[in-house]
Amino acid sequence: MSDLTPVLRLEDIVKTFPGVRALDGVSLTLMPGEVHALMGENGAGKSTLMKVLGGILKPNEGRILVAETPVVMSSPLEAKAKGIVFIHQELSLAEELSVAENIYLGELPRKRFGLVDWATLETRTNAILEKLKVGFDARTRVGDLSIANQQMVEIARALTVDAKAVIFDEPTASLTDAEKVVLFDVIAGLQEQGVGIIYISHRMEEIFRITDRISVLRDGSYRGTVNTADTDEEAVTQLMIGRKLDLTRNESHHELGDVALEVRGLCCGDLFRDISFEVRRGEVVGFYGLVGAGRTEIAETLFGLRDPSAGTILLDGQETVIHSPTDAISRGISLVPEDRKGQGLILGMNCRDNMTLPQVDDLKAGPFVAEGAEVSIFDQYRDRLDIRTPGWKQLVGNLSGGNQQKIVIGKWLSMRPSVLIVDEPTRGIDVGSKSEIHNLIRELAAQGYAVIVISSEMPEVLHVSDRIVAMYSGRIMRTFTSEEVTEDNLIQAISGITPDKAA
Amino acid sequence: MAEVTKRMDIGGFLARQGILIAFVVFMIGFSIANARFIDPDNIMGVVRSSAIMGVMALGVTFVVISGNLDLSVGSMMSFSTIVVLDLHDKIGPALAIPAMFALTLCLGAFIGFLVGYLKLNSLIVTLGMLSAIHGLTLTWSGGKNMDIADKEGTWFKVFGQGDALGIPVPILLFALLAAVLGIMLAKTPFGRKVYAVGGNATAATFSGIRRARVVFTCYLLSAFCVATAGLIQASRSLGSQNTVGQGLELEVLAAVILGGASLMGGSGTIFKTVIGVLILGFIQNGLLLVGLQFYVQFVVTWVIIILAVWLDIAAKRGKLWSLIA
Repeated sequence: MSDLTPVLRLEDIVKTFPGVRALDGVSLTLMPGEVHALMGENGAGKSTLMKVLGGILKPNEGRILVAETPVVMSSPLEAKAKGIVFIHQELSLAEELSVAENIYLGELPRKRFGLVDWATLETRTNAILEKLKVGFDARTRVGDLSIANQQMVEIARALTVDAKAVIFDEPTASLTDAEKVVLFDVIAGLQEQGVGIIYISHRMEEIFRITDRISVLRDGSYRGTVNTADTDEEAVTQLMIGRKLDLTRNESHHELGDVALEVRGLCCGDLFRDISFEVRRGEVVGFYGLVGAGRTEIAETLFGLRDPSAGTILLDGQETVIHSPTDAISRGISLVPEDRKGQGLILGMNCRDNMTLPQVDDLKAGPFVAEGAEVSIFDQYRDRLDIRTPGWKQLVGNLSGGNQQKIVIGKWLSMRPSVLIVDEPTRGIDVGSKSEIHNLIRELAAQGYAVIVISSEMPEVLHVSDRIVAMYSGRIMRTFTSEEVTEDNLIQAISGITPDKAA
Repeated sequence: MAEVTKRMDIGGFLARQGILIAFVVFMIGFSIANARFIDPDNIMGVVRSSAIMGVMALGVTFVVISGNLDLSVGSMMSFSTIVVLDLHDKIGPALAIPAMFALTLCLGAFIGFLVGYLKLNSLIVTLGMLSAIHGLTLTWSGGKNMDIADKEGTWFKVFGQGDALGIPVPILLFALLAAVLGIMLAKTPFGRKVYAVGGNATAATFSGIRRARVVFTCYLLSAFCVATAGLIQASRSLGSQNTVGQGLELEVLAAVILGGASLMGGSGTIFKTVIGVLILGFIQNGLLLVGLQFYVQFVVTWVIIILAVWLDIAAKRGKLWSLIA
């Protein structure tokens, strides 16, 4: 393999956004006929790199070479013309059109007078579909297909050109096991034809099953490439995280106060069932589970964004009904939401106004907003949370992810809530800010807040929680104290394995 | 990095102040082309004739910043005008005016209910209301022009034709409303919420802001401004066709966008809208003074509007500066 010329080479790609160096000298070499895994945590720069390759983003520095010829990509279509084909995680199909039309969209075969040559279109499409061994034909309406089959249409699209490199971005996210086998066959077929494959996935077992080499990104920089055969999961994880997983548990407990929040038998349709727990002042309760386990939905229910179908919520021992975020806020519940940019902030608004938004009705001087009071709130939380910004007039959209998150946290702390819920507090945030935010959460508990932390990252949950609620498929499997939790029993619990009754 | 920031600041400055710069350039250009343009009488005349459209633009500014559209204001203004003229002779001006305001506010509340509480698309709702209200107006008037019987004797004409302190009343009303609404938008909690809802409705909801209530109030304000505009219009002419406000909705929208409010919501100010209104007024006047045929004006006005929208988009995408540089 080493005597061949690479089909694709990325050389020292640098891409900066205001305040962030998203890619810092990343290089990648793709040989013909190899399956090359691209790995990294969320925010490591994988999708930025692929956008540069697809011509959606322009790199600030570095070169892209296709078959050793430097090229400038200006659009995904141009990339496709050069034989670089993307299969996206998010489907981009026209549901109302047929499979054939989708596959050849923009390049339908023509007859005289510009009319579509339907016969040729169908023959060609069916030839491709046959290779993919799918159970539908050229005329099927795409909207009638399952998500997995729609993905097959995307793949069929890639096969219409003489592809040199195909990039699969989390292709198995919505596939069943049987469908995965077909996909892996397709990939093997491409491999035999000498096509280079870049395979982006978080799933280790797939990576080790089908890839030849693994390249790892971390915080926008290139961390190395290893032969899949010569490595193991732990080594790859280390490359991705930069150290051995820090699974230290929280050991310092603060003095616990009264029960601030108690939930009894809370249900919400199919999302979660029979949820009961309590949070005391001075306590951090971590909610851990896989995506879809119902953690965020519980938070949304407590915050009035969903109405529960059964169960009761007690605040300071008083039964409460919460119908809207406005209700929740007035009863002292604050939510730092999962999606910082979509739910937490108004990016086009300045730092101060974002921070004081929930209490703008209360900060009044006569009929007007008391801007002086707003500035002093901002100053107070800027200092307390160490928010780095040139001033309150700065638009929030210009801040780094960590500082944005601190604005959201500051916004809710300044409401002096009795219960603070934080959903994925460090998603998309650099490592340094992460531990700052972890320390902050512990500190808040020390000051007597009742804190709920929802996270998909085990180190994070272990790190900050006094107790950990493990969820699986909408139910609480088990609640651990930080003393009794181990990596193994926690993983068992969130995988739905019921522990021995001894526990 | 510092250099990048500086460059972006210049671009950002141009994007923010571009409209004021354009305004000054237009004024100077037209003044050179025709000296009569800067005559105080002419200027007063332009402001006066822009006042009706301007008053409506103030309300629409709120709607646009909240992330919605209002295409019904032109036809709603016809409605207000016809209603107040009709009621003038039937129940007297002192009752006709509050009655007309009440009816117009009902229309605004209805739109606000549909867009705010039922979350219907504002383009569809107000486009539909444009023709529905027109139908309502025609039903009210029976399709006939509406005229006041005693055009000389009524005090009603003061709103459109009167002067106070040597300034025409329409201009005073425009200035007064602009001041009140400008402060409301910039300085009150409600104004802040309008920006929040338009900037990111989800995040606003997550901050405990009741989006529906904010949007509803914006449409009420818009209807209030429309009623005021209808009052001025009716008082100025003391008689009216059913289509007096026809097409104004687009002119109003153009003024708001010219002022730099984004159609996506979340940005814009009353001050900038006033500038937008004046630019549009002075352009039309200037074109007339340099001898452009009246009908061609429609075309030129539209070119300017399209230019403004393009500027808005280009500035949003940050491409403006690279195009100039």
